[in-house]
Amino acid sequence: MNTLYRIGHWLVIAGAVAALALLAAPILALVWRALQENALTRIPNEAVQTALQLSLTTTFISLLVIFVIGTPLAYILARRRFYGRRWFNILVELPIVLPPSVAGLALLFTFGNEGLLRDFSGQVVFTSAAVVITQVFVALPFYVRAVQTGFSNIHPEIEQAAMVDGASQWGTFLYVTLPLSSRSIVTGGLLSWARALGEFGATILFAGNLEGETRTMPLLIFIIRERDINAAIWTSLILIALAILAVGLTRFLADDRAAQS
Amino acid sequence: MIHSIRPLLISLVILMLAACGSDGEQSDSSNPRLTVFAASSLTDAFEELATAFEEQQGDVEVRLNFASSSTLATQIIEGAPADVFASANVAQMMRVEETTRNQPVIFARNRLVVVTPSEGNVQSLEDLADDNIRVVLAAPNVPIREYADLAIENLAQEYGDDFAAAVFANLVSEEENVRAVLLRIDLGEADAGFVYASDITPDIEVAQIPIPDAANVMAEYPIVATSETTLALQFIDFISSAEGQAILEKWGFIPVG
Repeated sequence: MNTLYRIGHWLVIAGAVAALALLAAPILALVWRALQENALTRIPNEAVQTALQLSLTTTFISLLVIFVIGTPLAYILARRRFYGRRWFNILVELPIVLPPSVAGLALLFTFGNEGLLRDFSGQVVFTSAAVVITQVFVALPFYVRAVQTGFSNIHPEIEQAAMVDGASQWGTFLYVTLPLSSRSIVTGGLLSWARALGEFGATILFAGNLEGETRTMPLLIFIIRERDINAAIWTSLILIALAILAVGLTRFLADDRAAQS
Repeated sequence: MIHSIRPLLISLVILMLAACGSDGEQSDSSNPRLTVFAASSLTDAFEELATAFEEQQGDVEVRLNFASSSTLATQIIEGAPADVFASANVAQMMRVEETTRNQPVIFARNRLVVVTPSEGNVQSLEDLADDNIRVVLAAPNVPIREYADLAIENLAQEYGDDFAAAVFANLVSEEENVRAVLLRIDLGEADAGFVYASDITPDIEVAQIPIPDAANVMAEYPIVATSETTLALQFIDFISSAEGQAILEKWGFIPVG
């Protein structure tokens, strides 16, 4: 009977090791290939720099938009009880699981030449604006989810106490709610930024692929990998580094919070 | 706890044995399979060719993988299990020559054409250089892009030295393959694109502007067997046969020989 326990124990460890190996192997393989090809000693194609600038600019703008429209949404979803709230929650979560190609097609039918909102948006396809729209669409849920949780973790009594002491509703939000939820806002920002940075499928379908205008780093890898593997490797390493940065900071904030409470 | 863990362990062991039991071979004796990698422009023609070949052979299953020739060549170089590779130009075929002992043969030809939305801003080839015209081409290394670049340079002979530069300045997107270019035009997102004459299938609603023969480019499609199976060679023979060539011609390609 004891052996069965042991087998079970080792199976659990084996499963975990397999999972970790599957996660680590591709990244290690990329670094390994980079070292083999001596990629880091060669200055990459100028296209990499252009793509990096475009990625950083568009994701920065997307993050601003997400802050502005995502925070009110998160607040209402956290605080207000209203009819159909569940469906709005579902809508907010949808882009997370929606296949990027579906998202791209849907955006094309919304803002494209014969799009539903074409008269409202003007010509956005093939412009950086389309890149931002796509990034906001796919990344907004990550922010709203994190911040919504943060808001709902603040006991309403705290806000009520502030108002009893004379704070206005806006003042309460600014000086009580926001500071208390700052960790979740930063986490949400990091996660949504990382998601926006990695966005590919919807962008290439909707916004197009042109250097300096719509060719973000993930698109560059896709289009240049056959011509210039060095550039593809460089771009991949940059993206991995940024991803580790984003996820690392989120993990640090989470652990820090756990340590405090 | 002991009673609940035993069935779990037994089923895990059975699962693992089952996974190891099925081998990774491509075909067993009952249902041979042929994996064909073909350029996107060959989609309709090869779907019909595959069906015809399956009917002729009996119990063969043909699996088709369509993408830009450059993507397919990369996949083959990286070890993808293709039996046959049909490329839209010789350059991408040359990339895989190290992977096979067989020699490629040209099995079809094609011409280029400019497509525009049904009611578009571009009425003639000269308009391609106008301001505010959105031109879509394929990505570099995709055969249709190399052919299109050549055609545009050829057209510059007639329309002036600035023509080529002006057209490239109007480029708004570089798509992954020729069918993606066609989609942009079909959806009305761009004003003009360069595709193959064979891409204008009956269900596509676009307008065409023919390119004069003097400036047009003759695309050559090579095909090669990338595996050592007789089935692959038989498929290529079928493509080159009268029946295969007729199907290609039906879909807008220019037959060889």
